[in-house]
Formats: sequence, C-alpha cells, structure tokens
Amino acid sequence: MSKVPAGLKYSKDHEWIRLEGDKAYVGITDHAQDALGEIVYVELPPVGEAYDADEEIANIESVKAASAIYNPAAGTVAEVNEALDGSPELINTDCYENYLYVLSGVSATALDGLMDASAYEEYLKTL
Amino acid sequence: MNEPLLIERSKAGRSSYQFPQLDLPRGFDVALPELPPTLRRSKEPRLPEVSELDVIRHFTRLSTMSFGVDSGCYPLGSCTMKYNPKVNEQLASLEDFTAMHPLQDVSTIQGCLSVMYNLLEDLSGITGMAWGTLQPCAGAHGEYTGLKIIRAWFEHHGDARRTRILVPESAHGTNPASAAVNGFTVTTIPADAEGLVDIDALQGLLDDTVAGVMLTNPNTLGLFEKHILAISEMVHAAGGLLYYDGANLNAIMGMCTPGDMGFDVVHLNLHKTFGTPHGGGGPGAGPVLVSRDLVPYLPKPDIKLVDSGYAFDWSSELSIGKVSGFWGNFLVLVRAYSYILRMGAEGIRAAAAHAVLNANYLLSRLKGTFSVPYGERCMHEFVVSLEDLKEKTGVSALDVAKALLDSGYHPPTMYFPLIVHEALMFEPTESESPETLDELADTLIELAGIAASDPQRLKQAPLTTPVRRVDEVAAAKNPILHA
Repeated sequence: MSKVPAGLKYSKDHEWIRLEGDKAYVGITDHAQDALGEIVYVELPPVGEAYDADEEIANIESVKAASAIYNPAAGTVAEVNEALDGSPELINTDCYENYLYVLSGVSATALDGLMDASAYEEYLKTL
Repeated sequence: MNEPLLIERSKAGRSSYQFPQLDLPRGFDVALPELPPTLRRSKEPRLPEVSELDVIRHFTRLSTMSFGVDSGCYPLGSCTMKYNPKVNEQLASLEDFTAMHPLQDVSTIQGCLSVMYNLLEDLSGITGMAWGTLQPCAGAHGEYTGLKIIRAWFEHHGDARRTRILVPESAHGTNPASAAVNGFTVTTIPADAEGLVDIDALQGLLDDTVAGVMLTNPNTLGLFEKHILAISEMVHAAGGLLYYDGANLNAIMGMCTPGDMGFDVVHLNLHKTFGTPHGGGGPGAGPVLVSRDLVPYLPKPDIKLVDSGYAFDWSSELSIGKVSGFWGNFLVLVRAYSYILRMGAEGIRAAAAHAVLNANYLLSRLKGTFSVPYGERCMHEFVVSLEDLKEKTGVSALDVAKALLDSGYHPPTMYFPLIVHEALMFEPTESESPETLDELADTLIELAGIAASDPQRLKQAPLTTPVRRVDEVAAAKNPILHA
C-alpha cells in the first residue's frame, strides 16, 4: 500500500504539494516513485521562472522510463532541491521528505482543485 | 566476461593481411597530388597488429557471447525480430552490388537503380501510397524525413500556425522525439478504456495549430485502431495530416494498407517487416512513402524510368532536399527486395496472418498465468502485466526477463508501453513454430511458479550469461563514455 500522508494536497499526475507560509513544497508521491523504480536523474526548473498549473516543469528519469512532472499549482520557482542533483535516489528513499522544488506566490485558492489524502487514496484504488 | 580488445593483444610487426593487387585498369594508379599538411596525420594510426588467428578467435568468442535471432527465439515486442533468410545475404553479397560506387555514372549502375525503383514500387503497393524515398537509414530517420515533408507541405501552403504534432500515450518514444527535432511541439492523446485512441479527447485537441497526428496501427498494445477511418476523417477535416509509423506493419501487410486507412505519410522499417538484419543498431533502412499530393516534397533525387533506362531526377523544387549522404543503405534495400520477391504477394499476406496467429496462440497460453490488461485477443504482439506477481512475490518484470536469458530466450520488451505497469510485451513473429511457442510459454509459466517458491533465484538471474545482472542505476548515473 502506498504511503499517503495527511496534510498534503495531491494531483492526478501523482505530485504532492504542501503549503508552509508563503512557500509551497512540491514532490512526487510514494505511488509515483514506486511505479518509476530506481530514479537516476532529475531535471529541475530554473529558479525565478513562473509556471502555470499543469504545465510541464521537471523531468524524472528512472531505469524504466523518463517521465514529465506537471506543476500542481501556479507559482514562481523560489528554490530547487539541489541535493537531488547528485543523489536523485533520495526520492526513492523518502519522497515526502525530499521535495523537488519550492514555489512562491501560490494563491490560497490554487490548491482547491487538488485532492486531499483520503480522496487521493480513493483515486489510487481506481487505477 | 574476459575478452581483451584486439588493440590490447597487439604485437609490433605481427600482421594478417596483404593488400591485393590493384584491380583497377592501368591509368588509375597515377600518383595523387600531395595532401596539404593540415589534412595529413602527424602520427601513424594506432591499429592493432595481430595475426589472422587472433582476429578469428576474438570475433568468434564475441559472437558466442551475444544473442541473435539465429541463436534462439527473440520475442522482443515492437521490434519484429523475424528470421533473416540467408538467401538475402547471398544476393546482397553479389559483386554486382558490392563493387559499385554511388558516384558512378548512372549508365553503369542500371541494375542497382532497377532494384531501388522496383522496391519503391512494391513498397508503394504494400502501403497504398503513391511513391516514396529510400534514403532514410533508420526508422527514426524515416520519421524525421516524413515530418519534414509535413512541415514543407504546410510551409508551402502558407499555414505557419500548424506547429503541433499529436501522439497517443502508447506511442513509440521516437515519435515525440522526431517531432521535437523537427521543431514541432508534442501533445499526448490519452487512451480509452480499451487501450485505443480516445476519439473524444482527440476531437478536443484538433484545431488549426495541429500539423499532424502520428499513429501506429496496430498500436503498441497490439490492438487494431478500429476507429481509424473516423480518426482520419477527423484529422483531415481539421486540416491536419496523418502519419503512419510502420513499426507494426507486419500485422497487416497484404491484408490492408495505411493508404486504405487514410494515412498521408508512412515510414517503414525494412529491418523489422522485410526481414533485413537489425544488426546491433544498424545499418537499418526507413523508407518513407507518401500520398499523391506530397510526392513533390519527397527528398531528391527521385528515381525515374525514362527512355534511356533508370535515371536520377533532381528537378523537384518543392523537395525537402537530400536526407542521406548518398542513396540510403543500399545493401539493406537489396535484402528487402529479395525478401519481397521470394515471398510474393501471397507470402507477404501469409506472413502477416501467421504473425497474428502466433501472437494470439502465445497470449492464449499465458493469459491464465499473467494478467492481460487489454484483452484476450491481439494482432501481432501483446502486453502482459506482472503487477500482481510483483505484489505477491516481489519478482518484477525485469527479474522474469533476466531469467528468460538463462532459459535460452531473448527477453521481451520490458516496461513499455508506459500505460501498463510491470509490462512485458511479446511479439513472436511468424518465424516461430508452434513447438517453440509452447516451449516459451512453458518456460514462462515455470518461471511464474519459481517466483512464488524461490523468488531469490529469479532476483539473481541471469546465472549463465557472460555478463550477469548489470547495475542499471550505476550505468545510468555514471556512464563511462570514453575508452
């Protein structure tokens, strides 16, 4: 069973987002990292760039496939997780601790269309 | 595996080759003008100095370490690893073909040109297209060429807004890559519950920015896109063109044509469908065939039959130009032409029928053991999911694929298409006998049993190959790209 922590919001494309003050942390879910398998490379967005919701923002390569990451909520990239550059497998180790990037300027209503933990768990059952 | 490189076995002064007598008529062996110093080597090339026996043993040992369709069943989905008849090799090794130079005067290479012209005629017939080019040297090169033709068509018609290419989510990875290399942006069409193109989603995506839609039919799940006529009508009504990825033509050749389905551009993989060797990544051949309206955009030179015989025609002003140094991988074309002539129309049709029959037979043997997410009938290939097996035993599609190597089979395609988890994709081709298919099915069923009783054994596979389980993570993260 995939881990789905409460308190985060989830997208259908298996990204999670967590608001902390004026920052929003974004990563991929346990289901996503498990499906991808061993992750070997992460391509992160440039800091300062603005992205819409659902826009392709990053790429993750595993031994199985290369997959696009879709930005779950509109905002500007304030920071990326540099540690993933040398150690992309950190996502496999703990995908909720090891975020991909941080957005600023995310409006409070931007997460309304996303799922909460229980809705995402239900969604996973339908796949 | 411990096989030194030839250069590591080099011993100064040892040799195994004597240059033959010059076989050109007198008068050709004149001294050439001296090359300018910038083009001359300052050092001798570092070539291995080895005996003939060293060379023979080196390559013989290497040949036993690899796996080819001549060593065993090779059910690699989407790749059509059919048998490469040896008669094709025999014909392609005739001096009448091998001793030619592409820059010879056309009057001296009429035989070669007739092979190319007749092959183009046959391929046009098999695909239901008007004419084509033999220049592209691989499938992806064909895709690049085909998309360039589409781009040229819209540029000529002043339709610069059309910058998007749509591909289904089960498409071959080369489709979006070729579109991107051509400067198009790529949008993915979702699949419906059956695994086919979602018609409503496609309708929603079609507008005046779409240049084309790339499909393969049957698709990569081995399913025939049964709405193909409706799809082609929709795409054409929206002003777009329809592109056929010929990777899966083996399932339908001689039965129906991409032309019948409304496709405008087709690329073929002679190394898949027409029995030429895949050859470790090359040489391949990816001819492109097009409908009547697109013929002027084909690469040049065209090959024409005129009063004096076969001739190159450089006249088309709309042509996208040359896409190959010369005329393509010519000896691959000879093999494909030989294949088509030897099979004949009836044989081509029978090959497709048997390819589909073999895939369905193997699917019927495996469906009780593995889950089949997209139905119990297929065309030339099918996909099983090992998701349940992995959940119950921890043994993954990768482990089963590796274990197949120990049993003398080449693994099927793994983890593709991406819409199936723990996917194994089988394409037995028409070449395999029912006995071989039964042996393969028995082996897979036995491996599923071992997964339950002794999963560790499969986790360690392969045990008998020259190279054991490779570290894919290290290879992807720290590739060594130099000698």
